[in-house]
Amino acid sequence: MHSNASDIPVQSPGSPAPAPLSADAQDALKIVVVGGFGVGKTTMVGAVSEIRPLSTEEVMTEASVGVDDPSRVRSKTTTTAAFDFGRITITEDKILYLFGAPGQERFWFLWDQLFAGSLGAVVLVDPRRVEESWYAIDRLEAHGTPFVVAINRFEAGPGLDALREALDLSEGVPLVECDARSRDDCKAVLISLVRHLNDLYAPSPAREGTP
Amino acid sequence: MNPRPIDREDPDRLYTVTGGRSRSDEGIFDSVTLIVSECEPKAGMQSEHMRILRMCERPTAVVEISATLGMPVSVVTILLRDLLDMGRITVRHPSSSVADAQAHTPAPETLKQVLDALQRL
Ligand SMILES: Nc1nc2c(ncn2[C@@H]2O[C@H](COP(=O)(O)OP(=O)(O)OP(=O)(O)O)[C@@H](O)[C@H]2O)c(=O)[nH]1
Ligand SMILES: [Mg+2]
Repeated sequence: MHSNASDIPVQSPGSPAPAPLSADAQDALKIVVVGGFGVGKTTMVGAVSEIRPLSTEEVMTEASVGVDDPSRVRSKTTTTAAFDFGRITITEDKILYLFGAPGQERFWFLWDQLFAGSLGAVVLVDPRRVEESWYAIDRLEAHGTPFVVAINRFEAGPGLDALREALDLSEGVPLVECDARSRDDCKAVLISLVRHLNDLYAPSPAREGTP
Repeated sequence: MNPRPIDREDPDRLYTVTGGRSRSDEGIFDSVTLIVSECEPKAGMQSEHMRILRMCERPTAVVEISATLGMPVSVVTILLRDLLDMGRITVRHPSSSVADAQAHTPAPETLKQVLDALQRL
């Protein structure tokens, strides 16, 4: 494994508020970036965000056994999971939030919560550790959240066909390559996701005409 | 790096901030629900409430409030629930969180707008 240190300056909690949204902002949309530990999720969010990625935390509470203890509020065990996010202005009244899900396995249970209400997801894959993406793909399919898979090219490796097979990816799911540090690449990944959504939701004219 | 990370936040302090309540209000606020202040912060208000009211003069998403205050989303939503009950804020829920969220698919027009915005980036 490699170090957890990221070169991306994620703003620490309690930092000054980023530039405010338009007064007309009404509707916030979400896209989630998931994938194994250290595959470049935070890097991708930072590459396309209009603000420095912010970090926020969710405290998950697990009630301890033997709950009749009157002081039980304090005896619950809590786990804190950090996730980071950035944003992109869409129109005067719409904003897109990009969430980088926490990659460590012990936080994977949080992902479903992030998928809820999101337009779709990007599964970011380190081609040297393909198997760490299987779980993300499984969860997205189970949840019915549309997604694309993006190979973060840390170094030259297997071609896309071989990777599609290793990922056991169905034909309908777009598979693209990127360098998560490149704004243009990440932009292209998001565009491929939105095109995919368009294809999924557009009424199919080919089928409509046939009896 | 700056203040202390939240995971080292004193649990007693978070307990005080929320009046000891826990997460019964979960679900009212989505992580990207936009919050808008409906009044000025006034002397005598809880300091976190004042900070939220100041921050939300323009619409601000729950996660941004959480990041700026350095408090977990679950704590922020408890504070927001109080402000909402007192009529001090209004909320703009994301269209994806409306009643029938499972069946919700984005409007084609929304997707077009997202595509245009991404292409302009
Ligand atoms: N060479 C190379 N390094 C990259 C690339 N993308 C990310 N990195 C580096 O890989 C490390 C991990 O990137 P992060 O963006 O923090 O990964 P993450 O997926 O957010 O990690 P977790 O949140 O801990 O799961 C950082 O040091 C990045 O600078 C890439 O495309 N090429
Ligand atoms: Mg990360």
